[in-house]
Amino acid sequence: MEVKREQLDDFRVRQLQSRDLLRGEMSDEDLQRYVEQAVMTTTVEKAVAWARGNSIYPLTFGLACCAIEMMSIVAARLDIARFGFEVFRASPRQADLIILSGRVSTKMAPVVRRIYDQMLEPRWAISMGACCSSMGVFNNYALVPSDKFMPIDVHVPGCPPRPEALAHGILRLRSKVQGNAPEGWRERYDAIGTEELLPGATDTESAAISVLRPGDTAGA
Amino acid sequence: MPDATGLELIAQELRDADAASVLDTVFQRGRAVLIVDAGRVHGVLATLQEKGYGFLASLHGVDYYPDEPRLGVLYELLDMDTVDRITVKARVHTDSPRIASVCDLWPGANHPEREVYDMFGVIFEGHADLRRILMPEDFEGFPQRRDYPIGGEPVLFTFNEETNYGKWQ
Repeated sequence: MEVKREQLDDFRVRQLQSRDLLRGEMSDEDLQRYVEQAVMTTTVEKAVAWARGNSIYPLTFGLACCAIEMMSIVAARLDIARFGFEVFRASPRQADLIILSGRVSTKMAPVVRRIYDQMLEPRWAISMGACCSSMGVFNNYALVPSDKFMPIDVHVPGCPPRPEALAHGILRLRSKVQGNAPEGWRERYDAIGTEELLPGATDTESAAISVLRPGDTAGA
Repeated sequence: MPDATGLELIAQELRDADAASVLDTVFQRGRAVLIVDAGRVHGVLATLQEKGYGFLASLHGVDYYPDEPRLGVLYELLDMDTVDRITVKARVHTDSPRIASVCDLWPGANHPEREVYDMFGVIFEGHADLRRILMPEDFEGFPQRRDYPIGGEPVLFTFNEETNYGKWQ
Protein backbone atom coordinates (compact mmCIF):
# COMPACT_ATOMS: atom_id res chain seq x y z
CA MET A 1 0.00 0.00 0.00
CA GLU A 2 1.41 3.31 -1.04
CA VAL A 3 1.66 5.97 1.59
CA LYS A 4 0.96 9.56 0.35
CA ARG A 5 1.51 12.78 2.22
CA GLU A 6 -1.54 15.02 1.83
CA GLN A 7 -1.17 18.65 0.99
CA LEU A 8 -1.46 20.70 4.19
CA ASP A 9 -4.48 22.99 4.01
CA ASP A 10 -4.26 26.67 4.80
CA PHE A 11 -5.78 26.44 8.25
CA ARG A 12 -3.33 23.73 9.28
CA VAL A 13 -0.44 25.87 8.01
CA ARG A 14 -1.52 28.83 10.09
CA GLN A 15 -2.02 26.60 13.09
CA LEU A 16 1.53 25.32 12.81
CA GLN A 17 2.86 28.83 12.28
CA SER A 18 1.17 30.00 15.45
CA ARG A 19 2.60 27.07 17.34
CA ASP A 20 6.09 27.91 16.10
CA LEU A 21 5.57 31.56 17.00
CA LEU A 22 4.55 30.74 20.53
CA ARG A 23 7.48 28.37 20.94
CA GLY A 24 9.85 30.99 19.52
CA GLU A 25 10.91 28.61 16.78
CA MET A 26 9.76 30.66 13.83
CA SER A 27 12.37 31.65 11.29
CA ASP A 28 13.11 35.35 10.74
CA GLU A 29 11.51 35.61 7.30
CA ASP A 30 8.44 33.80 8.45
CA LEU A 31 8.21 35.98 11.54
CA GLN A 32 8.49 39.11 9.41
CA ARG A 33 5.73 37.93 7.10
CA TYR A 34 3.58 36.89 10.04
CA VAL A 35 3.83 40.28 11.72
CA GLU A 36 3.04 42.08 8.48
CA GLN A 37 -0.10 40.02 8.10
CA ALA A 38 -1.27 40.20 11.69
CA VAL A 39 -0.52 43.74 12.81
CA MET A 40 -2.20 46.89 11.57
CA THR A 41 -0.79 50.31 12.36
CA THR A 42 -2.93 53.33 13.05
CA THR A 43 -2.98 56.39 15.28
CA VAL A 44 -4.29 56.38 18.81
CA GLU A 45 -6.89 58.97 17.90
CA LYS A 46 -8.28 56.85 15.11
CA ALA A 47 -8.37 53.74 17.25
CA VAL A 48 -10.08 55.57 20.09
CA ALA A 49 -12.57 57.15 17.71
CA TRP A 50 -13.32 53.75 16.21
CA ALA A 51 -13.97 52.33 19.67
CA ARG A 52 -16.03 55.29 20.76
CA GLY A 53 -18.19 55.25 17.69
CA ASN A 54 -19.03 51.62 18.25
CA SER A 55 -20.00 51.91 21.91
CA ILE A 56 -22.24 54.93 22.31
CA TYR A 57 -24.80 54.44 25.06
CA PRO A 58 -27.88 56.62 24.78
CA LEU A 59 -29.58 58.17 27.76
CA THR A 60 -33.01 56.99 28.87
CA PHE A 61 -34.73 60.26 28.17
CA GLY A 62 -38.04 60.70 26.39
CA LEU A 63 -39.81 64.00 25.95
CA ALA A 64 -42.91 63.39 23.87
CA CYS A 65 -44.38 61.29 21.09
CA CYS A 66 -40.99 60.88 19.33
CA ALA A 67 -39.95 58.87 22.38
CA ILE A 68 -42.40 56.16 21.31
CA GLU A 69 -40.51 55.84 18.04
CA MET A 70 -37.21 56.02 19.90
CA MET A 71 -38.22 53.09 22.11
CA SER A 72 -38.67 50.82 19.14
CA ILE A 73 -35.09 51.19 17.90
CA VAL A 74 -33.86 48.99 20.73
CA ALA A 75 -36.49 46.36 19.99
CA ALA A 76 -36.04 43.35 17.77
CA ARG A 77 -36.74 44.92 14.39
CA LEU A 78 -34.08 47.63 14.40
CA ASP A 79 -32.01 46.53 17.38
CA ILE A 80 -29.32 49.21 17.51
CA ALA A 81 -27.36 46.93 19.85
CA ARG A 82 -25.99 45.56 16.56
CA PHE A 83 -24.02 48.80 16.20
CA GLY A 84 -22.92 48.97 19.81
CA PHE A 85 -25.60 51.42 20.89
CA GLU A 86 -26.17 48.81 23.46
CA VAL A 87 -28.34 49.88 26.33
CA PHE A 88 -30.23 52.95 27.33
CA ARG A 89 -28.44 54.08 30.48
CA ALA A 90 -30.62 55.48 33.23
CA SER A 91 -27.99 57.92 34.50
CA PRO A 92 -26.48 60.81 32.55
CA ARG A 93 -23.13 59.95 34.12
CA GLN A 94 -23.07 56.68 32.22
CA ALA A 95 -24.50 57.91 28.94
CA ASP A 96 -22.68 59.24 25.89
CA LEU A 97 -25.63 60.34 23.80
CA ILE A 98 -28.78 62.25 24.58
CA ILE A 99 -31.64 61.88 22.11
CA LEU A 100 -34.00 64.82 22.45
CA SER A 101 -37.16 63.02 21.41
CA GLY A 102 -39.95 65.55 21.42
CA ARG A 103 -40.78 69.16 22.07
CA VAL A 104 -38.80 71.08 24.67
CA SER A 105 -40.81 73.65 26.56
CA THR A 106 -39.25 76.77 28.03
CA LYS A 107 -39.77 75.24 31.45
CA MET A 108 -38.10 71.99 30.41
CA ALA A 109 -35.11 73.56 28.64
CA PRO A 110 -33.06 74.28 31.81
CA VAL A 111 -33.66 70.69 32.92
CA VAL A 112 -32.48 69.31 29.59
CA ARG A 113 -29.44 71.56 29.65
CA ARG A 114 -28.61 70.43 33.17
CA ILE A 115 -28.86 66.76 32.22
CA TYR A 116 -26.64 67.44 29.22
CA ASP A 117 -24.10 69.18 31.46
CA GLN A 118 -24.10 66.20 33.79
CA MET A 119 -23.04 63.86 31.00
CA LEU A 120 -19.34 63.11 30.82
CA GLU A 121 -17.18 64.08 27.86
CA PRO A 122 -17.17 62.96 25.14
CA ARG A 123 -20.90 63.39 24.69
CA TRP A 124 -23.18 63.81 21.73
CA ALA A 125 -26.72 64.94 21.16
CA ILE A 126 -29.31 64.03 18.56
CA SER A 127 -32.28 66.30 18.02
CA MET A 128 -35.11 64.05 16.93
CA GLY A 129 -38.19 65.33 15.16
CA ALA A 130 -39.49 68.65 13.96
CA CYS A 131 -40.48 70.10 17.36
CA CYS A 132 -37.04 69.77 18.83
CA SER A 133 -35.22 71.20 15.82
CA SER A 134 -37.58 73.95 14.65
CA MET A 135 -40.56 73.72 17.03
CA GLY A 136 -42.65 72.17 14.24
CA VAL A 137 -46.39 72.54 14.66
CA PHE A 138 -45.94 73.95 18.15
CA ASN A 139 -44.16 77.08 16.99
CA ASN A 140 -45.37 79.34 19.81
CA TYR A 141 -44.44 80.99 23.09
CA ALA A 142 -44.20 77.73 25.03
CA LEU A 143 -41.39 75.97 23.19
CA VAL A 144 -37.73 76.56 22.46
CA PRO A 145 -35.67 74.89 19.72
CA SER A 146 -32.90 72.72 21.09
CA ASP A 147 -30.13 74.56 19.22
CA LYS A 148 -30.80 77.59 21.37
CA PHE A 149 -29.56 76.01 24.57
CA MET A 150 -27.27 73.12 23.71
CA PRO A 151 -25.05 71.92 20.88
CA ILE A 152 -26.64 69.31 18.63
CA ASP A 153 -24.65 66.92 16.47
CA VAL A 154 -27.32 65.34 14.31
CA HIS A 155 -30.82 66.52 13.48
CA VAL A 156 -33.30 63.84 12.47
CA PRO A 157 -36.24 65.42 10.63
CA GLY A 158 -39.74 64.03 10.66
CA CYS A 159 -42.94 64.32 12.61
CA PRO A 160 -42.23 61.94 14.15
CA PRO A 161 -39.28 60.37 12.30
CA ARG A 162 -39.69 56.70 11.59
CA PRO A 163 -37.46 54.48 13.73
CA GLU A 164 -35.43 53.75 10.59
CA ALA A 165 -34.73 57.47 10.27
CA LEU A 166 -33.46 57.62 13.82
CA ALA A 167 -31.30 54.55 13.23
CA HIS A 168 -29.92 56.30 10.15
CA GLY A 169 -29.21 59.39 12.27
CA ILE A 170 -27.41 57.25 14.81
CA LEU A 171 -25.26 55.70 12.08
CA ARG A 172 -24.53 59.21 10.78
CA LEU A 173 -23.42 60.12 14.28
CA ARG A 174 -21.22 57.04 14.35
CA SER A 175 -19.47 58.08 11.15
CA LYS A 176 -19.07 61.57 12.55
CA VAL A 177 -17.55 60.26 15.76
CA GLN A 178 -15.21 58.00 13.81
CA GLY A 179 -13.89 60.98 11.92
CA ASN A 180 -15.46 60.53 8.49
CA ALA A 181 -18.45 62.80 8.79
CA PRO A 182 -20.75 62.54 5.80
CA GLU A 183 -20.98 65.68 3.71
CA GLY A 184 -24.08 67.78 3.96
CA TRP A 185 -26.01 68.43 0.78
CA ARG A 186 -24.54 71.93 0.50
CA GLU A 187 -21.02 70.53 0.37
CA ARG A 188 -22.01 67.72 -1.95
CA TYR A 189 -23.75 69.98 -4.46
CA ASP A 190 -21.34 72.90 -4.06
CA ALA A 191 -24.05 75.13 -2.64
CA ILE A 192 -22.21 76.94 0.13
CA GLY A 193 -23.53 80.45 0.51
CA THR A 194 -27.08 79.72 -0.55
CA GLU A 195 -28.46 79.77 2.97
CA GLU A 196 -31.66 81.75 3.22
CA LEU A 197 -31.44 84.51 5.79
CA LEU A 198 -34.12 86.31 7.66
CA PRO A 199 -34.80 89.89 6.49
CA GLY A 200 -32.42 92.38 8.00
CA ALA A 201 -29.77 89.79 8.74
CA THR A 202 -26.28 90.75 7.66
CA ASP A 203 -24.13 87.78 8.59
CA THR A 204 -24.81 84.08 8.55
CA GLU A 205 -23.48 83.48 12.03
CA SER A 206 -26.01 85.58 13.88
CA ALA A 207 -28.93 84.88 11.58
CA ALA A 208 -28.67 81.12 11.59
CA ILE A 209 -31.16 79.26 13.72
CA SER A 210 -28.29 77.33 15.28
CA VAL A 211 -26.42 79.48 17.76
CA LEU A 212 -24.18 76.83 19.27
CA ARG A 213 -21.91 74.78 17.05
CA PRO A 214 -21.51 71.05 17.66
CA GLY A 215 -18.73 70.44 20.16
CA ASP A 216 -18.99 74.00 21.47
CA THR A 217 -20.01 73.77 25.08
CA ALA A 218 -19.46 77.39 25.99
CA GLY A 219 -22.28 79.17 27.74
CA ALA A 220 -23.15 76.23 29.94
CA MET B 1 -79.50 66.86 32.98
CA PRO B 2 -82.28 68.89 34.48
CA ASP B 3 -84.74 69.68 31.70
CA ALA B 4 -85.60 73.27 30.78
CA THR B 5 -88.25 73.47 33.47
CA GLY B 6 -85.96 72.00 36.09
CA LEU B 7 -83.33 74.58 35.19
CA GLU B 8 -85.85 77.39 35.66
CA LEU B 9 -86.87 75.95 39.02
CA ILE B 10 -83.25 75.89 40.16
CA ALA B 11 -82.77 79.45 38.93
CA GLN B 12 -85.91 80.56 40.73
CA GLU B 13 -84.71 78.97 43.93
CA LEU B 14 -81.38 80.76 43.65
CA ARG B 15 -83.07 84.06 42.88
CA ASP B 16 -85.27 83.66 45.92
CA ALA B 17 -82.17 83.38 48.07
CA ASP B 18 -80.33 86.24 46.33
CA ALA B 19 -82.21 88.21 43.71
CA ALA B 20 -79.13 89.36 41.78
CA SER B 21 -77.33 86.04 41.68
CA VAL B 22 -78.59 84.45 38.45
CA LEU B 23 -78.33 86.77 35.48
CA ASP B 24 -79.64 84.41 32.85
CA THR B 25 -80.35 80.78 32.05
CA VAL B 26 -79.58 78.98 28.82
CA PHE B 27 -80.90 75.58 27.86
CA GLN B 28 -79.37 74.46 24.61
CA ARG B 29 -78.71 71.06 23.13
CA GLY B 30 -79.73 69.39 26.37
CA ARG B 31 -77.24 71.34 28.43
CA ALA B 32 -78.40 73.44 31.35
CA VAL B 33 -76.40 76.62 31.93
CA LEU B 34 -76.73 79.15 34.71
CA ILE B 35 -75.12 82.51 34.02
CA VAL B 36 -74.20 83.92 37.39
CA ASP B 37 -72.94 87.24 38.66
CA ALA B 38 -69.21 86.93 39.35
CA GLY B 39 -69.44 88.36 42.84
CA ARG B 40 -72.04 85.80 43.92
CA VAL B 41 -70.66 82.67 42.33
CA HIS B 42 -69.44 81.21 45.61
CA GLY B 43 -72.89 81.40 47.22
CA VAL B 44 -74.56 79.90 44.15
CA LEU B 45 -72.11 77.01 44.02
CA ALA B 46 -72.50 76.37 47.76
CA THR B 47 -76.28 76.17 47.30
CA LEU B 48 -75.95 73.86 44.32
CA GLN B 49 -73.55 71.65 46.27
CA GLU B 50 -76.11 71.34 49.06
CA LYS B 51 -78.82 70.52 46.52
CA GLY B 52 -76.83 67.46 45.42
CA TYR B 53 -74.46 68.75 42.75
CA GLY B 54 -71.61 67.52 44.87
CA PHE B 55 -69.01 66.81 42.21
CA LEU B 56 -67.02 69.54 40.46
CA ALA B 57 -66.28 67.80 37.18
CA SER B 58 -64.37 70.68 35.65
CA LEU B 59 -63.31 74.24 36.28
CA HIS B 60 -61.95 76.13 33.33
CA GLY B 61 -61.51 79.52 31.76
CA VAL B 62 -62.61 81.09 28.49
CA ASP B 63 -61.59 84.31 26.79
CA TYR B 64 -64.55 85.97 25.01
CA TYR B 65 -62.35 88.55 23.27
CA PRO B 66 -63.32 91.26 22.32
CA ASP B 67 -66.52 91.22 24.41
CA GLU B 68 -66.32 92.70 27.88
CA PRO B 69 -66.37 91.34 30.51
CA ARG B 70 -63.94 89.15 28.64
CA LEU B 71 -62.86 86.36 30.89
CA GLY B 72 -65.23 83.54 31.70
CA VAL B 73 -64.85 81.02 34.49
CA LEU B 74 -66.91 77.88 33.96
CA TYR B 75 -67.88 75.31 36.55
CA GLU B 76 -69.25 71.94 35.45
CA LEU B 77 -71.18 70.30 38.27
CA LEU B 78 -72.45 66.75 38.48
CA ASP B 79 -75.08 65.19 40.71
CA MET B 80 -73.73 61.70 41.26
CA ASP B 81 -77.07 60.24 42.41
CA THR B 82 -79.35 61.42 39.62
CA VAL B 83 -76.53 61.88 37.06
CA ASP B 84 -77.63 65.45 36.43
CA ARG B 85 -75.15 67.94 35.08
CA ILE B 86 -75.31 71.71 35.26
CA THR B 87 -72.92 74.38 34.04
CA VAL B 88 -72.32 77.62 35.93
CA LYS B 89 -70.75 80.46 33.99
CA ALA B 90 -69.37 83.68 35.42
CA ARG B 91 -67.70 86.54 33.56
CA VAL B 92 -65.07 88.87 34.96
CA HIS B 93 -63.59 92.05 33.54
CA THR B 94 -59.92 92.11 32.52
CA ASP B 95 -59.36 95.33 34.47
CA SER B 96 -60.05 93.55 37.74
CA PRO B 97 -60.29 89.81 37.08
CA ARG B 98 -61.25 88.69 40.56
CA ILE B 99 -63.55 85.90 41.59
CA ALA B 100 -64.02 83.93 44.79
CA SER B 101 -62.14 80.67 45.13
CA VAL B 102 -64.18 77.52 45.63
CA CYS B 103 -61.34 75.57 47.23
CA ASP B 104 -63.24 75.53 50.52
CA LEU B 105 -66.17 73.78 48.81
CA TRP B 106 -64.13 71.44 46.63
CA PRO B 107 -60.46 71.03 47.63
CA GLY B 108 -59.89 69.55 44.17
CA ALA B 109 -60.47 72.99 42.67
CA ASN B 110 -56.98 73.98 43.81
CA HIS B 111 -55.10 72.97 40.68
CA PRO B 112 -57.76 73.98 38.12
CA GLU B 113 -57.92 77.43 39.68
CA ARG B 114 -54.14 77.74 39.49
CA GLU B 115 -54.31 76.71 35.86
CA VAL B 116 -56.98 79.30 35.05
CA TYR B 117 -54.85 81.89 36.85
CA ASP B 118 -51.78 80.77 34.90
CA MET B 119 -53.44 80.84 31.50
CA PHE B 120 -56.01 83.68 31.82
CA GLY B 121 -54.89 85.74 34.79
CA VAL B 122 -58.08 85.35 36.79
CA ILE B 123 -57.30 85.95 40.47
CA PHE B 124 -59.14 83.57 42.78
CA GLU B 125 -59.61 85.34 46.09
CA GLY B 126 -59.21 83.04 49.06
CA HIS B 127 -56.99 80.56 47.23
CA ALA B 128 -54.28 79.36 49.59
CA ASP B 129 -51.44 79.08 47.05
CA LEU B 130 -52.24 80.97 43.87
CA ARG B 131 -49.17 80.75 41.64
CA ARG B 132 -48.34 79.48 38.17
CA ILE B 133 -48.72 75.79 37.59
CA LEU B 134 -47.85 75.14 33.92
CA MET B 135 -45.68 78.02 32.79
CA PRO B 136 -42.32 78.85 34.39
CA GLU B 137 -42.49 80.90 37.58
CA ASP B 138 -40.88 83.94 35.95
CA PHE B 139 -43.16 83.89 32.90
CA GLU B 140 -44.83 87.19 32.12
CA GLY B 141 -48.32 87.47 30.69
CA PHE B 142 -51.21 85.08 30.40
CA PRO B 143 -50.74 83.07 27.24
CA GLN B 144 -54.27 81.76 26.68
CA ARG B 145 -55.69 85.27 26.46
CA ARG B 146 -56.54 85.86 22.86
CA ASP B 147 -54.66 89.14 22.65
CA TYR B 148 -51.44 87.43 23.77
CA PRO B 149 -48.97 87.12 20.87
CA ILE B 150 -48.47 83.53 19.82
CA GLY B 151 -44.69 83.93 19.78
CA GLY B 152 -42.33 81.33 18.39
CA GLU B 153 -39.48 81.42 15.94
CA PRO B 154 -39.65 82.86 12.43
CA VAL B 155 -39.82 79.99 9.98
CA LEU B 156 -37.31 80.01 7.14
CA PHE B 157 -38.65 80.02 3.59
CA THR B 158 -41.95 81.53 4.71
CA PHE B 159 -41.08 85.11 5.69
CA ASN B 160 -41.53 86.41 2.12
CA GLU B 161 -44.39 84.20 1.03
CA GLU B 162 -46.71 87.22 1.15
CA THR B 163 -44.85 88.98 -1.65
CA ASN B 164 -43.20 86.20 -3.58
CA TYR B 165 -44.49 84.07 -6.37
CA GLY B 166 -46.30 80.99 -5.26
CA LYS B 167 -48.23 82.52 -2.45
CA TRP B 168 -51.76 81.21 -1.89
CA GLN B 169 -52.34 80.00 -5.43
